[in-house]
Amino acid sequence: MTILIIDGKEIDVPAEYTLLQACEAAGAEIPRFCYHERLSIAGNCRMCLVEVKGGPKPVASCAWGVRDCRPGPKGEPPEISTRSPMVKKAREGVMEFLLINHPLDCPICDQGGECDLQDQAMGYGVDSSRFAENKRAVEDKYLGALVKTSMTRCIQCTRCVRFAAEIAGAPEMGAIGRGEDMEITTYLETALTSELQGNLVDICPVGALTSKPYAFAARPWELGKTQSVDVMDGLGSAIRVDTRGREVMRILPRVNEAINEEWISDKTRHIVDGLRTQRLDRPYLRENGKLRPASWPEAFAAIAAKVRGTNGKRIGAIAGDLATVEEMFALKQLLASLGSANVAVQGGHAFDAKAGRASYIFNPTIAGIEQADALLIVGSNPRHEGALLNARIRKRWRSGKLKIGLIGAQADLTYPVDYLGAGAETLSDLASGKHSFADVLKKAERPLVLVGVSATSRVDGAAILAQAAKLAVDIGAVKDGWNGFGVLHGTASGVGALDIGFVPGEGDLTAAQMSAAGGVDVLFSLGADEVNVADGAFVVYIGTHGDRGAHRADVILPGAAYTEKSGLYVNTEGRAQMTNRAGFPPGEAREEWAILRALSDTLGHKLPFDTLAALRQLVFKAAPHLMRLDQVDAADAAAVRTLAGRGGKADAAPFKPAYASYYLTNPIARASAVMAECSRLASGQMLTAAE
Amino acid sequence: MSVRRLAPKELQPASFAFREGTLDWAKQQIAKYPEGRQASACIAILWRVQEEHEGWVSEAAIRAVADLLDMPYIRVLEIATFYTMFQLSPVGKKAHVQVCGTTPCMLRGAGDLIEVCKHRIHHDPGHVSEDGNFSWEEVECLGACVNAPMVMIWKDTYEDLTKDTFNKVLDGFASGNLPKPGPQIDRQHAAPAGGPRVLKDAAVAGDATKKGNV
Repeated sequence: MTILIIDGKEIDVPAEYTLLQACEAAGAEIPRFCYHERLSIAGNCRMCLVEVKGGPKPVASCAWGVRDCRPGPKGEPPEISTRSPMVKKAREGVMEFLLINHPLDCPICDQGGECDLQDQAMGYGVDSSRFAENKRAVEDKYLGALVKTSMTRCIQCTRCVRFAAEIAGAPEMGAIGRGEDMEITTYLETALTSELQGNLVDICPVGALTSKPYAFAARPWELGKTQSVDVMDGLGSAIRVDTRGREVMRILPRVNEAINEEWISDKTRHIVDGLRTQRLDRPYLRENGKLRPASWPEAFAAIAAKVRGTNGKRIGAIAGDLATVEEMFALKQLLASLGSANVAVQGGHAFDAKAGRASYIFNPTIAGIEQADALLIVGSNPRHEGALLNARIRKRWRSGKLKIGLIGAQADLTYPVDYLGAGAETLSDLASGKHSFADVLKKAERPLVLVGVSATSRVDGAAILAQAAKLAVDIGAVKDGWNGFGVLHGTASGVGALDIGFVPGEGDLTAAQMSAAGGVDVLFSLGADEVNVADGAFVVYIGTHGDRGAHRADVILPGAAYTEKSGLYVNTEGRAQMTNRAGFPPGEAREEWAILRALSDTLGHKLPFDTLAALRQLVFKAAPHLMRLDQVDAADAAAVRTLAGRGGKADAAPFKPAYASYYLTNPIARASAVMAECSRLASGQMLTAAE
Repeated sequence: MSVRRLAPKELQPASFAFREGTLDWAKQQIAKYPEGRQASACIAILWRVQEEHEGWVSEAAIRAVADLLDMPYIRVLEIATFYTMFQLSPVGKKAHVQVCGTTPCMLRGAGDLIEVCKHRIHHDPGHVSEDGNFSWEEVECLGACVNAPMVMIWKDTYEDLTKDTFNKVLDGFASGNLPKPGPQIDRQHAAPAGGPRVLKDAAVAGDATKKGNV
């Protein structure tokens, strides 16, 4: 620790701090453009100048180490001043130079109102320009479907270049030319390929990179801001939903160090237009093979008529990717009251809730990846199944000495991997120690075995999961203080369903059996769009979008999307989080729990709750750990050993990528034109890569 | 200096291949740097590529160098566009003339040389002459101020030029009868024109050195 005097205040900071960090610790605010705490230091904007006593000129505090400060002649601690006239004048000079070539187009700039340059200009700008020469103008660049450019506004902070190279792991941005003619671009203006490119817009301190889909849509000060949680993948990134009226205008990340730090994936950010289009805003009823608009009582009556004549064993329910815990709990109760336990979540067949919680969650936690010293990825492309988890792996890899092995489809994961094999055979080779990577795992202190969706979505997913668990136990990944067995869920509903037992019990029908021909007579589909229900069953679809599930439905009950309701979601780590309502569902659509409660009344089995709070109490009684919001309860590692003992025969077929397109994995994303465009661009890239 | 862009598509060659032996030479360059720092050899290899391929760096060449050094394409493009010594569009086959336009040369008549270029090669810098043999550009100080004005063609400088002598130099390149590099007047290197002016008497010169009071 080193003692500094900052603005007359003595402060003790670690020697490896930069002056900027020390000043922040002392409570002084330092303006900056190029410095970003999660990126490498560039030191090229010069806005963070401070005065170090004894020095001839101000220093850039972001690039000056505390240990580089020399004590006074009598050994006094170094003195730093962040508010002296010299500092103010220096910063005003920097600001004047920045503004020389920056256009005065704030009134038509999308960054207006949340622009670092605009804010700093209030503090350090002068009211008029002394610059009489021609201003510089820069041609705008094409960067793909998500990032719009106005390059004349660029102040060359190079944050975007560093973000692309360091965090996103797709070094596509660069600064060509030099001096006044320096321009930020991609190689020959090709579209960005990273699934984190939306973050470029956030880190750009000016309006040079702005959001293309959100262009000219709204001003930041007219938006209602709701803190919520993302449901596009299994990670549950922290988001802020910005709304105007009942319309969601955009989604931005919030800081959550445990999950997404301060980034979100493009799917999280840009499905916004999917929340508006293809929405189900009133109930529908199938008559003579055609869906027709109906009233709620009509729809309920039709369901009641069908259910009344059906044996409870012939009724089933499948929950989709975006279902909240409360909905699934209510649906399970409704089915129980009808005499059925045929409940399942789509894509959840590989997991056995009875084995214990540790057998199906990401035990090491996302932040815990940074402690791992060896990583085996089994049947996963984390870049697509959890983009920010992949960013975390990359962060860990960048800090050095992480060996990564991959079993599954080959893919560019933004970090180098030892490609071990394509299928389950390689997993058994590893387990028997035949493979050289087994030694790496055994020698590691904190090895991590990640099992992804490509593995668990397969028919033999359970066997692969058991094999991976056995390997994890064998290599010593499960021990005191470290549980390195991690299951990466691709959906927001997966872990929650397992936590509350929304799974078929012994002798009950699985999702595959229910959707097969002759499986059930009445099927409740809670937004289950990835299952193909065979002809014959009477399908009640409760969901938000006119997607695959709705097309197959006999009765459609319109529900609320995740931005329109408060609901519990459990992420892949087992962290319970709650979304908040940012707007209301369209038309006659209602929140799913209320639909189920009303339906239960019509069916003559009234569910024992009248409010969401009452339902939540029931959920908490059944699964008390969900009460501890935003926390992860370490699960009993014995479950991994139980799972390891299961065994089973895995098919030798190679793992296939879990998703045909990363951008189109759920009904909201499929309704989004922006996601469709991204998917088109991405498939074009894949075509060129294959040529 | 202005915005530097790659040459338009129609001027770009379809493909690029390193000359024989260049790859071996490049490996030696890469070996100069620690492992994982092969990108350090980028400038040297780009320079060699430019010398071997008609004096300019094509888009295909940038990609080839990036692949060779395991660098993202944009990183090599950054380097190629940063340094003005890399020509990004085709240059004259026989001579690419770099006229120094910085103050000493300008005062001593660089304007005349530029006039010659404009009339003889192309009105605008950076363009190839009609026969494809010549091109020219104005550059900053090339460090031969004492012999101003001067031009640099390929690796040699031609100094103390006038309109006439400059034309003769260009004639030499045109005919393949290469002129002698260096001062184009009666001057030895950077010594005074017309021979030594002081210390002509060897005895006096010797005396002065002996006394040590030069």
